[in-house]
Amino acid sequence: MSRSFFARNPSVLIFIAVLALFTLAVTMASEAAGSGALSTSFVKTLGKTLCLCLVALAMDLVWGYTGILSLGHMAFFGLGGYMIGMWLMYARTESIVAASMSNAAIPPTDQEIVDAIGTQIFGVVGSSEFPPVWAFADSLWMQLALVVLVPGALALAFGWLAFRSRVTGVYLSILTQAMTLALALYLFQNDSGLRGNNGLSGLQNIPGLTGVPQADVSLWFFWASAFALGAGYLLCAWVVSGKFGSVIRGIRDDEARVRFLGYSVEGYKLFVFTFTAVIAGIAGALYYPQAGIINPAEIAPIASIYLAVWVAIGGRGRLYGAVIGAAIVSLLSTMFTGGQVPNLPLGFYTIHWVDWWQVLLGLSFVLVTLFAPKGIGGLFDLVTGRRSPERHGADLGPDSGSFQEKEAEE
Amino acid sequence: MSQLLEVSGVSVSFDGFKAINNLSFSIGEAELRAIIGPNGAGKTTFMDIVTGKTRPDEGRVVWGALSQSLLRMSESQIAQAGIGRKFQRPTVFEDQSVYDNLMMALKKDRSPWRVLSFRPQAEDRGRIEELAAEIGLSDALDRKSGELSHGQKQWLEIGMLLAQEPKLLLVDEPAAGMTLAEREHTTDLLKQAAKTRAVVVVEHDMEFVRRLDCKVTVLHEGSVLAEGSLDHVTKNQDVIDVYLGR
Repeated sequence: MSRSFFARNPSVLIFIAVLALFTLAVTMASEAAGSGALSTSFVKTLGKTLCLCLVALAMDLVWGYTGILSLGHMAFFGLGGYMIGMWLMYARTESIVAASMSNAAIPPTDQEIVDAIGTQIFGVVGSSEFPPVWAFADSLWMQLALVVLVPGALALAFGWLAFRSRVTGVYLSILTQAMTLALALYLFQNDSGLRGNNGLSGLQNIPGLTGVPQADVSLWFFWASAFALGAGYLLCAWVVSGKFGSVIRGIRDDEARVRFLGYSVEGYKLFVFTFTAVIAGIAGALYYPQAGIINPAEIAPIASIYLAVWVAIGGRGRLYGAVIGAAIVSLLSTMFTGGQVPNLPLGFYTIHWVDWWQVLLGLSFVLVTLFAPKGIGGLFDLVTGRRSPERHGADLGPDSGSFQEKEAEE
Repeated sequence: MSQLLEVSGVSVSFDGFKAINNLSFSIGEAELRAIIGPNGAGKTTFMDIVTGKTRPDEGRVVWGALSQSLLRMSESQIAQAGIGRKFQRPTVFEDQSVYDNLMMALKKDRSPWRVLSFRPQAEDRGRIEELAAEIGLSDALDRKSGELSHGQKQWLEIGMLLAQEPKLLLVDEPAAGMTLAEREHTTDLLKQAAKTRAVVVVEHDMEFVRRLDCKVTVLHEGSVLAEGSLDHVTKNQDVIDVYLGR
């Protein structure tokens, strides 16, 4: 029992190794390395996928381990994106405005530059004033801090109210849906201060890196995403490996019992909810510079439902399952909805995958839930021989009950 | 002798039905007590009140030498104060090993930050092996507790309670579904536990109560009908009428 962390969790080492190999392979095949086997846009897709894997990791921690089916974690993901997007947009607009005004006869004052930036950014929503939420937009460090603080604070406030009132199960899921819907609707308004339904755009242009081709920038972001995923995986694996993991799995399986053991269930739930919201925020902050645009539709309730579907298909309650689910389903989704899969002519009807992908996804979700509740990750059990007792809580009886099922069958 | 737990004048009703009616009860520091009574007498509700699951409509529940009121504390605070509870059905964490179950119950700091950085020391492992020996599960430490038999789960749960080092142990029907040999072991465990702490056992089975050989409280319709040795209460005419005579 005193073996090292990696000896107890061999899957962590395997995961990190696979991730490192994958990163190396993509780097070699990227345009930046000169080979061009992978287009820059595909490198960006892969980088974004890694961010989605990171947020799926967070979802697995909160749902698969702690048993809180949060259908609002993409709100935290989106908020992280908005926070970094504000700086990206401000700083880039500033450099453009400063360049164009430097030709003027009279050098512009600082206030004039700020006003011009405001006009540039908020012109689309008929305003030129900076709303209060943009107070720190000129500081990269402040906005980076807000990437963590804003999702964390929202999760803390929401979780405190919900868990304190002992809202559980499907009611909590509905509340989280309501939260993300309310946030999306608020951001859709022009006077919310974040450019309404236009969202923030041009995020792929990193200020100060105007001379660097997108091929390089995309690779840097890919590396950053891979690093974040690896670090996030290590952190999550460490959190669930010890007694903390025991307690949160206990909360998932029998909340009341954990309470009578003397653990404050509400405190633990709040901890996990906030912690995973912060991870989601960081994942979002890495995702949207690669996507280039963020608008309120990104945090619509459906996004969080997709997140739950990825984790369910990948296999909840195991970290690599969540990563596999997010990677496979989101990449397939990109292929199918991007028209990269040939249509299927049936003679009487032609299946256009762009239209039918959602049906396929929904069907596979239902099938996985019914027939393979462990998801894709469950396949690894066939290799490692991990077995869980399938007795649905029933005993074999007081006398023969000490036998395992297999022994009793013999 | 000072009282560890004192329940006085407690009433609680659910939708007009009085589950507990002006109940008073007290127990000393190292005492074994059996509570018997017909179905619906309020035995489980009594435990719910003491452990904080149910809030009474009126009355006082006072705990320990400091005379704290338990009514303002949450379930987890009450458990941390030293009241352990064993449920009627064995509730162990089936997906986790016997070792993890015991480790979770071991008396340690319960705050999330401290638990996050907690790494078991040699003495903790020693304590768990000691407990496992006491409940007869030394060979099963690495097994998932879901694989254990019904009786073994009951013991594991008792072991988890002992690991919590509570001052008061509330045990709900520990012998249900056990074989004769398992019952005897359970009796020994409870008697042993009662030497150092207070133990309250709710039980239907008269034979089991007789074997516990302790003071008995008879509940009926939410209040105490009789109290004394088993022989004393079984001679009581009221008790015979409502319970034994049926």
